Amino acid sequence: MNTHAWPTVFGGGESERTRGGCPSPCGLDVTRMLGEDCTASRQWCHADIISTVEFNYSGDLLATGDKGGRVVIFQREQENKSRPHSRGEYNVYSTFQSHEPEFDYLKSLEIEEKINKIRWLPQQNAAHFLLSTNDKTIKLWKISERDKRAEGYNLKDEDGRLRDPFRITALRVPILKPMDLMVEASPRRIFANAHTYHINSISVNSDHETYLSADDLRINLWHLEITDRSFNIVDIKPANMEELTEVITAAEFHPHQCNVFVYSSSKGTIRLCDMRSSALCDRHSKFFEEPEDPSSRSFFSEIISSISDVKFSHSGRYMMTRDYLSVKVWDLNMESRPVETHQVHEYLRSKLCSLYENDCIFDKFECCWNGSDSAIMTGSYNNFFRMFDRDTRRDVTLEASRESSKPRASLKPRKVCTGGKRKKDEISVDSLDFNKKILHTAWHPADNVIAVAATNNLYIFQDKIN
Amino acid sequence: MFARGLKRKCVGHEEDVEGALAGLKTVSSYSLQRQSLLDMSLVKLQLCHMLVEPNLCRSVLIANTVRQIQEEMTQDGTWRAVAPQAAGRAPLDRLVSTEILCRAAWEQEGARPAPGLGDGHTQGPVSDLCPVTSAQAPRHPQSSVWEMDGPRENRGSFHKSLDQIFETLETKNPSCMEELFSDVDSPYYDLDTVLTGMMGGARPGPCEGLEGLAPATPGPSSSCKSDLGELDHVVEILVET
Repeated sequence: MNTHAWPTVFGGGESERTRGGCPSPCGLDVTRMLGEDCTASRQWCHADIISTVEFNYSGDLLATGDKGGRVVIFQREQENKSRPHSRGEYNVYSTFQSHEPEFDYLKSLEIEEKINKIRWLPQQNAAHFLLSTNDKTIKLWKISERDKRAEGYNLKDEDGRLRDPFRITALRVPILKPMDLMVEASPRRIFANAHTYHINSISVNSDHETYLSADDLRINLWHLEITDRSFNIVDIKPANMEELTEVITAAEFHPHQCNVFVYSSSKGTIRLCDMRSSALCDRHSKFFEEPEDPSSRSFFSEIISSISDVKFSHSGRYMMTRDYLSVKVWDLNMESRPVETHQVHEYLRSKLCSLYENDCIFDKFECCWNGSDSAIMTGSYNNFFRMFDRDTRRDVTLEASRESSKPRASLKPRKVCTGGKRKKDEISVDSLDFNKKILHTAWHPADNVIAVAATNNLYIFQDKIN
Repeated sequence: MFARGLKRKCVGHEEDVEGALAGLKTVSSYSLQRQSLLDMSLVKLQLCHMLVEPNLCRSVLIANTVRQIQEEMTQDGTWRAVAPQAAGRAPLDRLVSTEILCRAAWEQEGARPAPGLGDGHTQGPVSDLCPVTSAQAPRHPQSSVWEMDGPRENRGSFHKSLDQIFETLETKNPSCMEELFSDVDSPYYDLDTVLTGMMGGARPGPCEGLEGLAPATPGPSSSCKSDLGELDHVVEILVET
């Protein structure tokens, strides 16, 4: 057994388990986690670990959040005749610190600054708005450009000091002069103190005025303009916490019907709720659950059925759920079972015990649709990610790593060998690196451009036809 | 009438460790695996990061797993008390069981105990505790039967222990936790130490690391004793203020 395939993990949450294998650009000191094998030549930077990736509605902007509470926004280069190859390249547009670590004095606990989710608002004017959240607090950020500045003020000097009134003998009107583009991010709203448990999802409503935030036991509805109040629309906290057996794992608004949202649970169920039916949506309108296959039941069945992500299709007709081993596509009109099931890494089924031991079984993978809903993508281990074409029923495994990603070279499909003789170029299950997990991926809303976060590195891949 | 624990111990003590392993494997591998899974889960529930709130989803999933195991063990009457049984049951028992759990991946050829030990269970639902064998490995039917005449009164105290854990997770009553775990003696500590040492050391993998691991030296991580000391904090963290 390869010595690096099964790293031992010591407790903690997801963020502690991910470790960068590539040198970090941030230049901070090495942070050594317990039991980790750290060679002197590498530099670790846990704050650089990417924790969320999201394209905006047009796809021109790509936002990433990391464990250190920072948001980095990339912008797509416009088509430029003099540099034809740079069409479609994403470059850094803005970087800002969204959340800082906090300390909850009442519970004597740290609140992590890690950005759990970023969601863009539809663009309404020249500025861009996004919501970013950590475990407890959601913030609305305005990102705006400034490329002109005023010069020649009447009452103050160029350096800003007020002019002596007695020296002002003539009136002058300031004129606007171009300056280097500056992108500013400013927090416009802070939505705090509404969640006792850790926020796992935020979702902007199609009415563009409200959004929901979900933690382990509750879902709240907010108005974007109002920060001191939110409405609780789902509450699954039992009166007696001893009876707690199920938590909320993800939630999302329907893309077109502003009264409909879904939330998934740790027991592998999805509930669709209609906000018109009652103020508190504890009773679902639809309940989606696939009956369990009794022949594959084990002590790990529940854990691997826990849904880590739920996403509506762009059409609004389907939704997709990600559990530990598979991705399922559901027709909203059929609650009894999914219409499609795609195996992500079925070869891990026989390793569940070890994956439970090293906590990898609790990894929360996300999934995403392409713009036309004809393909879906999700991540796996060893920096592999999987894409499934729903029309042709073909799937492919690709790798996001520096070795296999030379600029402008095509990605080579990878294959995991599950038993028997290993062919050339195949990798055996035991050689997979479980520290290299791709949890976050995003697909451009219109083009074939994907963003893949591999620990502390972001990879952007495009279709060659570009 | 031998208590089941004694019977197993009998097998273990009469031979050398190698023989004990073989004997234990054929007699009770499934139940040992299940017990190891239970132990591992209980350890996971204890070990939480002290500065940051533990993941509620993970805790709930682990707790549900513990409940499942407990229910199954109660149903077929094969559970055993966390507290020590007859004198002389060595910590070796625990070490062995964990080892089997891990070694099952490579050595066990799908030998599963027939869960239908007079209880009406079918093979299917309970046979997949640790299906780590390769697909081609033939499955041997269980050769010996798991004895079920263990003392029943211990079950009550086990139930109590588990319920106490859940209760203390809910109520902020740290002294409860101390009491609870003061009942648990060295075998439990040893398992904890083993797992801690295993996880703390720069080890290739948890399974391989267990081999040749006698009294495990705790790794850089805290020893189980200090973990107990931190239980106050755990309880506070796991409970809503």
